[in-house]
Amino acid sequence: MKVTQISVFMENKNGRLAEITRLLASKNISLRAVTIADTADFGILRLLVKDPDYARDVLLEAGFTAKETEVLAVAMDDKPGALAEVMELFEKNKVNIEYLYSILAGKGDKADVVFKVEDLERGESLLKQNGYDKPLDL
Amino acid sequence: MIWNAVRESEAPEKRRTRQLADLKDLVARLYNRVPFYRGRFDSQGVKPTDIRNLEDISRMPFTTKDDLRETYPYGLLAADEEDIVEVHTSSGTTGTPVVDAYTRNDMDVWAEVMARCLMMAGAEKGDVVQNGYGYGMFTGGLGVHYGAHAIGCNTIPVGGGNTERQLQLMRDFESTILTCTPSYSLYMAEVAKDMGLNMADLKLKSGIFGAEPWSENMRKEIEEKMCLKAYDIYGLTEIIGPGVSNECSEQNGLHINEDHFYPEIIDPETGEVLPDGEKGELVFTTLTKTGTPLLRYRTRDITWLERGECACGRNLVRMHRLLGRTDDMLIIRGVNVFPSQIENILMEIEETQPHYQIIIDRGQSHLDDVELRVEVEPKFFSDETRELERISRKITEAMKNKLGINLHIRLVEPKSIERSMGKAKRVIDKRTL
Repeated sequence: MKVTQISVFMENKNGRLAEITRLLASKNISLRAVTIADTADFGILRLLVKDPDYARDVLLEAGFTAKETEVLAVAMDDKPGALAEVMELFEKNKVNIEYLYSILAGKGDKADVVFKVEDLERGESLLKQNGYDKPLDL
Repeated sequence: MIWNAVRESEAPEKRRTRQLADLKDLVARLYNRVPFYRGRFDSQGVKPTDIRNLEDISRMPFTTKDDLRETYPYGLLAADEEDIVEVHTSSGTTGTPVVDAYTRNDMDVWAEVMARCLMMAGAEKGDVVQNGYGYGMFTGGLGVHYGAHAIGCNTIPVGGGNTERQLQLMRDFESTILTCTPSYSLYMAEVAKDMGLNMADLKLKSGIFGAEPWSENMRKEIEEKMCLKAYDIYGLTEIIGPGVSNECSEQNGLHINEDHFYPEIIDPETGEVLPDGEKGELVFTTLTKTGTPLLRYRTRDITWLERGECACGRNLVRMHRLLGRTDDMLIIRGVNVFPSQIENILMEIEETQPHYQIIIDRGQSHLDDVELRVEVEPKFFSDETRELERISRKITEAMKNKLGINLHIRLVEPKSIERSMGKAKRVIDKRTL
């Protein structure tokens, strides 16, 4: 369900990502999801961690441009068609998805997928009504 | 207050009479004491006695920066070497440094004109002047220092850099006047914010900013962030250093200390003198200096002149803030672009910082490829690429509409563009032409 994601602005230059991951490692911050959205000129690194406020502060203090965004983390059955089912639910109810990515390692028989939707509240209640109500264990 | 009301508010005819007398004296000194000038006069077929009125100056030869470089270090000395008491040189970032050698007389002139400039910006006895211009060979630091001492201001000679200490001194000694480059003042505001220091709690009332071109929009931003009134100062090593001209309380042009530095505006192509109000290259003749006086020195700065009484009580001729330079003008795909124009456009876009860098390269297609690096304002950073791309497009379109050229916009991280303590390096031209 609703989780707080950290996004970090990254110029496309050598070593930037290594620098960020090194910094997080030094503060013992474990990454549960990592994804990069990139264009020719810049990238946006998106992260899920256990304590997002702490991770954001660490990044800001080190001079990075970072912010928090609410996204939806959905635990779904780890089987073919599970994602299609959720997508269909969103589509039917006209919840627009801005982007999505999956979480690094699923726990047990579930696969976790993160959605950034246009209307967060509506997206969340829709998922809950349809049985996707397992809170994400980061 | 006016430092020297007799001179700064003098009847124009009286002023012109003295300017003419000083000009005649100067031209005679140059002819008799400086072989370089004698050669110039002779080869152009003019004599010192050709000066009968002020307008006759237009018949005299110009002096250029190249002339100064070729005569380095002492080729333009008009005084005996033993009468020189101080020497300054330009930073030499654009070639061989140029020299200004000061006699005792020149030091007095310098302190006088700088005291006038400081007072134009509101300084008086009792003020604490925090001098953030570099001390040393650069004229900025010592020039301000001498002027502040002439008035009797407590002068804090902190120089450039060490920003946190600057801010601590400012707070602890209750500095009322700040002098530094305009870009450095914005950097100070950023550091103050990081330190949790509220500029409104400090005592600054005026800032005197110069040594690099800036814009009206930048003035607004500095005044808002630094909580002071920002004044433009103009000067150059060749002429005396800071002290050539300064804005008064009206902030409407810079009063030139024209009884010491006689200004002309010329057409940079033909050398023709242009009437007041017309834009062109600023040229100065140092009427009263004795160490290394210059005749019709071409500054390469573009501006225009305006005469008349000013509400501040002075009637010294005013020069408009610099519009650019004849030599830092960029020609990009045939279009003339001044970095100050780019800065003005960026100031109007809230999603970016006024910190930028222009990188010009000539790609394989042999077309000029211009990358404009701008910093994203942190509060507009988004987790979605399309939002950042929207900002980038907005800048591209603004540049295209106002400059008529396509620039490749590259968003960079806040505070990633180098903040210069002195002159900001805005343009990197990698073209080999």
